[in-house]
Amino acid sequence: MNYFPDEVIEHIFDFIASHKDRNSISLVSKSWHKIERCSRKRVFIGNCYAINPERLIERFPSLRSLTLKGKPHFADFNLVPHEWGGFVHPWIVALAKARVGLEELRLKRMVVSDESLELLSRSFSSFKSLVLVSCEGFTTDGLASVAANCRHLRELDLQENEIDDHRGQWLNCFPESSTALTSLNFSCLKGETNLAALERLVARSPNLESLKVNRAVPLDALTRLMSCAPQLVDLGVGSYENEPDQESFMKLMAAIKKCTELRSLSGFSEVAPLCLTAFYPICQNLTSLNLSYAAEIQGNHLIRFIQFCKRLQRLWILDSIGDKGLEVVASTCKELQELRVFPSDLHDEEDNDTAVTEIGLVAISAGCPKLHSILYFCKQMTNAALITVAKNCPNFIRFRLCILEPNKPDHTTSQSLDEGFGAIVQACKGLRRLSVSGLLTDKVFLYIGMYAEQLEMLSIAFAGDTDKGMLYVLNGCKKMRKLEIRDSPFGNAALLADVDKYRTMRSLWMSSCEVTLGGCKRLARNAPWLNVEIINENENNDVMERNEEDEREKVDRLYLYRTVVGARKDAPPCVTIL
Amino acid sequence: MSDVCSSSGSVNVMIGVSSPAEGEDDNAAAAALSSEDSSSPDETVAGTELDLALGLSIGWPPLRTYRINSLVNQAKSLPTEDGLSSNIQKDTATKNGVVAAKNDEVGFIKSPMLVKVTMDGVIIGRKIDLNAFDSYEALAKTLEQMFFHTPSSLTTTRCKETRGASELLDVSSEYIITYQDKDGDWMLVGDVPWLMFLGCVKRLRIMRRSGETGGGK
Repeated sequence: MNYFPDEVIEHIFDFIASHKDRNSISLVSKSWHKIERCSRKRVFIGNCYAINPERLIERFPSLRSLTLKGKPHFADFNLVPHEWGGFVHPWIVALAKARVGLEELRLKRMVVSDESLELLSRSFSSFKSLVLVSCEGFTTDGLASVAANCRHLRELDLQENEIDDHRGQWLNCFPESSTALTSLNFSCLKGETNLAALERLVARSPNLESLKVNRAVPLDALTRLMSCAPQLVDLGVGSYENEPDQESFMKLMAAIKKCTELRSLSGFSEVAPLCLTAFYPICQNLTSLNLSYAAEIQGNHLIRFIQFCKRLQRLWILDSIGDKGLEVVASTCKELQELRVFPSDLHDEEDNDTAVTEIGLVAISAGCPKLHSILYFCKQMTNAALITVAKNCPNFIRFRLCILEPNKPDHTTSQSLDEGFGAIVQACKGLRRLSVSGLLTDKVFLYIGMYAEQLEMLSIAFAGDTDKGMLYVLNGCKKMRKLEIRDSPFGNAALLADVDKYRTMRSLWMSSCEVTLGGCKRLARNAPWLNVEIINENENNDVMERNEEDEREKVDRLYLYRTVVGARKDAPPCVTIL
Repeated sequence: MSDVCSSSGSVNVMIGVSSPAEGEDDNAAAAALSSEDSSSPDETVAGTELDLALGLSIGWPPLRTYRINSLVNQAKSLPTEDGLSSNIQKDTATKNGVVAAKNDEVGFIKSPMLVKVTMDGVIIGRKIDLNAFDSYEALAKTLEQMFFHTPSSLTTTRCKETRGASELLDVSSEYIITYQDKDGDWMLVGDVPWLMFLGCVKRLRIMRRSGETGGGK
């Protein structure tokens, strides 16, 4: 029984934003369930095939903001065929039909068409925010319709999408009356940009806080843009063809000096190192710096710049910074929370002295007390280093280590890295995401199962010896939601041991493992609430046919996920849903 | 396998491709497919094709296509005194001089020709882009790198003995490379001219010499 009128309860619920909390509230009682669902504005759907749009709309009629994720994570690394699925169109159609007052749409790894964008732009008069991450299937024509028709558009954020750039005039399509933009990110567009249209748009957008341009925006245009947007907080720089002449450089520096609110800097693809120095005037204000595309800036330039960035909380960088550079980061960036170090040199032949090693990682762990998220690509690692890191940084939430060579052991002892990763999971009690690499036996999974109590996402590649490894994880990690495994010797025994475990997980991915078609079929029979998808190699049709007959045939790629709406109808020929 | 034909005239223009241990380039596919222009439908598979062009396992190391492409594009644009170089830690001063070369390279891009490669005793097969090579020697060298210099957990213990396999094309080698042609027959690699081979090969298999019966799989 409620002691307050529904409106009051609803008002109280307004203060509860987190999806998890709201989901919990809705389980308290029927009355709370109803109040919660009718007042819910924001919904997050981690797997677009777990539910369908009709049921979503039925449950949450007041929906304003929808986040959808499509393809599994390994699609980022080309392990999922492009035609696999994740189409947003049916969602937009359903939302439009039900006249949902959609204001915000955030999509990740989904297929978006120009038709979808056109429909979106015409169907939701209050639409304010479109964020597309790692999506594909559309062109700048689709962007043009969004620009032209969404009269209240505030945010257009395109991150790392595959967009067919027709080099049209999509920027021109923003009406002159459009002045509400707060965020515009088109850094992933490959074609030319209408600079005049861009400048006019920025000039008439006084609330613009985030601007990320693409490679086609040269230095002098950037200078003009910054001059008419000194209020910018977040800037993505394009490219510079050559080193700037003295005058252009001074003008740029002057414009940058005026941007006193600037806190986040990114881009810098194809940039002459000197251009980074133009940002010296404001670098002590920066909290976020992404130089991971700036392959042309040498380590020493990076180091000189970062020396002044004392307030950095987030740093994405290339390994050209070297261990020495990371030591500078460790002594300078005491506020650092998130670090990502990407490989800069993809050619193995050179014995690259300047790349990062375990030394840099240890230095960071020792120097940055607030560090909680790390993604680190390197060529070598040791157990001793990982044990030290674990001792220095027990607060890791995300720990992703990628040793470039599969199965590489500790380079000083030639042993596996089981003990190192074991130390990490034992010390970091709040660890939610882990990626392991290097030479690993079943033992590391024993440790993970034993200690990683909060672990929600685990990525495994080229690791383990027997089914026991996978079983340790499935049995031990109670909070596991996403498990993705490739090239590891786990098979049917592990897959089938505890079918009910998959009720508690969002999804499981296994590729190039030991599971067979027979095992997958058995799983599908025992778990009708799962979609068990087999993704076949599609170059040899005869291989595919053989797969269908022989249950002992190993499955190349398996993707399973819980769903309340059964097998999807839009799977392409290369996908078999058992 | 003693007479190995190698085509002399064809140009292998994919810089850095001949070295099989390249890191992943999501965008590295650009080297093979020149994705500097706006993407076409075919380009959306660029990442996979690049991995394959480099003779790598697909999707390793785990980097987004977008990111790999950016590195490769920049690698191409940075010259050294020797001409195009894969080392991207260089001065941009001579960058202009390289633009022309970049364009030339674009003209030679071939679309990848992907075939599966398996080896007796190896659990995990690989895929390879035959257009990345201009001769049997180049192919053999890459296969050697892929299968005989791979850490043990990907192969059976027998493969640790690399002595007999150091020269795949050598008559004395313990292993031989065979291919399945359009008709489904298994043939010895190296008997026909390289370009003719490209025209009929469907998949490759590295067999132990003693197991060779001349028959198919």
